[in-house]
Amino acid sequence: MSVSQHPFEVMLCRLLLSLGLAIGPGVAFSEAPGRVVSMNLCTDQLAMMLAAPGQLHSVTYLAIDPRASAMAEEAEAYQINRGLAEEIYLMQPDLVIAGAFSTQATVAMLKRLGIPVVVFDPAQSLEDVRDRVMQMGDVLDRQAAARALLDEFDARLNALRAEVAERPRAVLYYANGYTSGDQSLAGQILAVAGFSNVAVEAGFNAGDTLPMEVLVMTDPDLAITSRPYPGASRAEAILDHPAVTAFRAGRRSAGMTDRDWVCGTPYVLRAIEALSTVRDDLTGAPQ
Amino acid sequence: MTRLAGGLSLGVVLLAVASLLVGPAGIGPGESLSALIRGDGGPLTLVMREIRMPRALLAIMIGASLGLAGAAMQGYLRNPLAEPGLIGVSGSAALGAVLAIHTGLAASFALALPLAALTGALGAVALVMALAGPRGTSLTLILAGIAVSALAAAFTSLVLNLSPNPFAANEIVFWMMGSLADRSMLHVWLALPFMLLGAFLLARLGRGLDALTLGEDAAQAMGIDLPRLRLMLIVGTACVVGSGTAVAGAIGFVGLVVPHILRPFVGAQPSRLLWASALGGAIMVLAADVAVREILPARDLKLGVLTALVGAPLFLHLILKLRQERI
Repeated sequence: MSVSQHPFEVMLCRLLLSLGLAIGPGVAFSEAPGRVVSMNLCTDQLAMMLAAPGQLHSVTYLAIDPRASAMAEEAEAYQINRGLAEEIYLMQPDLVIAGAFSTQATVAMLKRLGIPVVVFDPAQSLEDVRDRVMQMGDVLDRQAAARALLDEFDARLNALRAEVAERPRAVLYYANGYTSGDQSLAGQILAVAGFSNVAVEAGFNAGDTLPMEVLVMTDPDLAITSRPYPGASRAEAILDHPAVTAFRAGRRSAGMTDRDWVCGTPYVLRAIEALSTVRDDLTGAPQ
Repeated sequence: MTRLAGGLSLGVVLLAVASLLVGPAGIGPGESLSALIRGDGGPLTLVMREIRMPRALLAIMIGASLGLAGAAMQGYLRNPLAEPGLIGVSGSAALGAVLAIHTGLAASFALALPLAALTGALGAVALVMALAGPRGTSLTLILAGIAVSALAAAFTSLVLNLSPNPFAANEIVFWMMGSLADRSMLHVWLALPFMLLGAFLLARLGRGLDALTLGEDAAQAMGIDLPRLRLMLIVGTACVVGSGTAVAGAIGFVGLVVPHILRPFVGAQPSRLLWASALGGAIMVLAADVAVREILPARDLKLGVLTALVGAPLFLHLILKLRQERI
């Protein structure tokens, strides 16, 4: 399982990426960009890990939110942006890094204004995480730092991949009843941590909603749910539904720390490590 | 007449059973019904008793409420366009519920949620009826309704957008369109007392509404206390619509469509239309709720989408009919 299960998708991604980079207006990689603005939570974190001192100018407001960002403290050192074309233009960046989900209108506007924009696709697998690290290294002209980070990532990942005799069954159940299958970062975190994914058994994939009825019928060993945000919402209220409460009683459940799971950065290893501990508890394996 | 009552009741029973049997878990009908009745404490019983049963019960309760409220308002205002959703009562109830949830009031005591929705609904019915007046034309009624519902929708969106919770803003669509997905018995118990009270008040309006068909003077001559009738209508409608909206969002068009379809079958007599519309409303919401689970099982399609698809063409039909009458 070291490679994503859809080699074709990954290939297509790479192809599109290389095209995007090749024809992107004015993105010159011959010299390192001196003033970089990131407008996506995940590229924020990759850039903070790899940028040379003074190279990264601004990150998003999400990067300083400890619920969503694994590097909230580090992010305090940078200018904060809210992803609006006007404020980013006034920062006069040499390079803007956006995510595939960043506002298309903003990205198009910045390109029209002659600012080079690189768009990063979200990581759907651990292999994608490696690709994104290398891509960030290329974009920032920090290939050596990227390779060092990857070596460390690979070493820790290999140590975590130790084959397990018993794979407890787990289910991911987020707000609004969303779940994740194998072809997603969360699904791969689960797999590497030594769990089998009940949603996949039941025929559900990444980004599907798992009906509450099906959740109750799956009977897993572990239910992993998202941590609720402050303020009420109907989306998160389903986690307190009597059927879900009864289902969770007598079963291990783990609150999911969103910030380690949400982005394809080496912090996913921290999520895997935490889950592995839970698995060892469940199976009674020696620590 | 008993034939109509029998047919409608049979429809409610059949659709209620269908509602209990339809669901993504894909369990056989015999198995699910025996799990519902016997209750072995397994996951199947949990699914039947905690997920499907409240859904079917709420569909019946809310459908009956909306049908009853629609028939009563149309009888009192003698206007086929009077409907809780259309004139902003449901929207205002949703605003009350949203305010209760997002100020934390709903968490402080159990009945705060339905009471807040009821207050919202009460304000809207009273306001619209005051603005339209007892002899108000369709135009004033609809204008008052549009003003109230637009205002309620705007404030609901504002409250949800201001919430620190990132999911809250997406729930605007739930409050505007309504859904019965993932409701629990808790919601049934929250809504039931207010619905029973409201239904009791509305069901007693029959004689007064029948008398009103002869005009207000005739009704008064027959000993109908009109201010009292009006008060019972306002409170009754607020009770049933408010408590229903508090747990399932605003479901539109039921109170418009159902009385319109059933009116010819009861000889246009308001007292008989009341109970017929209650049964018919239950049928419509049950059917819509079975349909949303069959059409897009994984997507939580909102009930209001289906009821609007049925209701909006009927609305156009009413306009054409009004135009013909004028000529």
